[in-house]
Amino acid sequence: MTLAELQKRAAAAIMAPLTASDNMAVRWRREADALIKPNSRQQPLERLAIYSRSYWFRVLDCLYDDFPGLCAALGQRAFNRLSRAYLTERPSESFTLRNLGEGLEEWLREHPTYAGRHFDLALDMVRLEWAHIEAFDGPARKPLGPEDLLELGPELRLGLQPHLTLLELKYPVDDLRIAVNQRLEEHDSASNAVAERDRRRAFRRYRRMQPQAIHLAVHRAEDFVWYRRLETAEYRLLAALGQGLPIGEALEKTMRGSAFAEEQLGAAVQEWFAGWARMGWLCAAGGTNA
Amino acid sequence: MPANSFNGFTNYGVGIGLRIPHYRHIFERKPVVDWFEIISENFMVDGGRPLAVLDQILERYRVVQHGVSMYFGSAEPLNREHLRRLKALVRRTKTPWLSDHLCWGSVDGRYTHDLLPMPYTFEAAEVTARKIREARDFLEVPIAVENVSSYAEFHVSEMTEWEFLTQVVERADCGVLLDVNNIYVSSQNHNFDPLAYLNAVPAERVAQIHVAGHSKFEKYILDTHDHAVIDPVWKLYEHAIARTGVTATLLEWDDRIPSFDEVHAEARKAERYLPAPVADLAPV
Repeated sequence: MTLAELQKRAAAAIMAPLTASDNMAVRWRREADALIKPNSRQQPLERLAIYSRSYWFRVLDCLYDDFPGLCAALGQRAFNRLSRAYLTERPSESFTLRNLGEGLEEWLREHPTYAGRHFDLALDMVRLEWAHIEAFDGPARKPLGPEDLLELGPELRLGLQPHLTLLELKYPVDDLRIAVNQRLEEHDSASNAVAERDRRRAFRRYRRMQPQAIHLAVHRAEDFVWYRRLETAEYRLLAALGQGLPIGEALEKTMRGSAFAEEQLGAAVQEWFAGWARMGWLCAAGGTNA
Repeated sequence: MPANSFNGFTNYGVGIGLRIPHYRHIFERKPVVDWFEIISENFMVDGGRPLAVLDQILERYRVVQHGVSMYFGSAEPLNREHLRRLKALVRRTKTPWLSDHLCWGSVDGRYTHDLLPMPYTFEAAEVTARKIREARDFLEVPIAVENVSSYAEFHVSEMTEWEFLTQVVERADCGVLLDVNNIYVSSQNHNFDPLAYLNAVPAERVAQIHVAGHSKFEKYILDTHDHAVIDPVWKLYEHAIARTGVTATLLEWDDRIPSFDEVHAEARKAERYLPAPVADLAPV
């Protein structure tokens, strides 16, 4: 048996889904016997199962750490089912566990039944939580300051920080994620049965959250991740700039269907640009990372 | 060996792993620590807090990189994106040597994120050594490979683990990161004499030593890095030092992490076994 053959067979066994009781399925016994030596205390399947359980617990823990809001939105049991199905279909293809949830939004769109009637809420939360990861350690480019924006012409194109994600959402999941963080911090500092019961109750309430369309910017400032709600027109203008449209065209696109009167929009745009510059969101179009 | 080509001719003393729960203590108290070991993958990112923290650490302390996902022993080629990011980090930290594990963990571009044991075959030794050489040539820094704890052995093995380790490091002409806790754990799981392993390691290639705690279960021992080091492991450390001479040593404590002072005090127990004081090994 070559090295490549052995590793394919062993990896297939290790990464195969665990049983409901978190053991390796008995059908792997023959493969374990073929690959692994027994010792005086353990049969080959038991030895291989140490690695299989370790693999699954590691990736499941990691997905939970990255998507606690999704867990709160779905409930622990549904989240576990979703996690195991996702990781079975889409095992990690990156050397870093940081990217484990990269394909979760796409996968969830393909498998809406895993979120059931909470699909829209779950999808919004997945998008927010992935944006959070990108904002945490994504690349940054040299920001344009207020002085760089003194003479903006309609033909000028601007770029947005790569760590900034703009989200159009059906649910106010930013509030939910912040509440989940607080609950988790409380849980860490007072870990007991009462705290756990309170946490479960709180999470059940979150699942009854009512829809409310919001626009959100997820970004990094001074090495912390921030969520900032945007007005609809502000979101549209930023999105158009992010698509590479010249400022004039982006403004026209924003105006179409906007509730703003032209003179109102002018004042708002000035205020928005000043705010974006303060937060370092704008950079030169097509620039390189800082 | 105190200073050799496999650790960049350094003599770093006793270090600890840089871990998030200790950040505040380190930045506020600025404790004297010989060196910190970082997990490379935690800092192979494009920006944000991880790199800001690292830069602050680098201003005051010596840092050595330790990786967990190079997978020299995987049959597939090295991941070029991984290497590119690793090289950028090597340039940032100026690590005098770089370590990763003698293991495999990826197949067809899919990652287990585990340190899976090698089949101890000549083919595996050659594949592994070739990939270590390739990585070293690209990264332009000495590489040391660490023996892993294991819980299973393959039928196809053609030699012992220590013979395999020697085959690999001599073919690759690289260093050894000797983890004495891993030797202890594997010796218990596979019923071999840990001293036989230690005595067979090419001492002149040892760039660094790891010590750690582990957890004992009914049928096996697991390398959990969540306890203090037990006496039998310190005995192995003493034996290793007797063979290698004073060698850069690091305590791994990765789970249920106690206070900085407790971890540092546990690491400094290693000094009891060193023949010469290391008090002159102050941070840069």
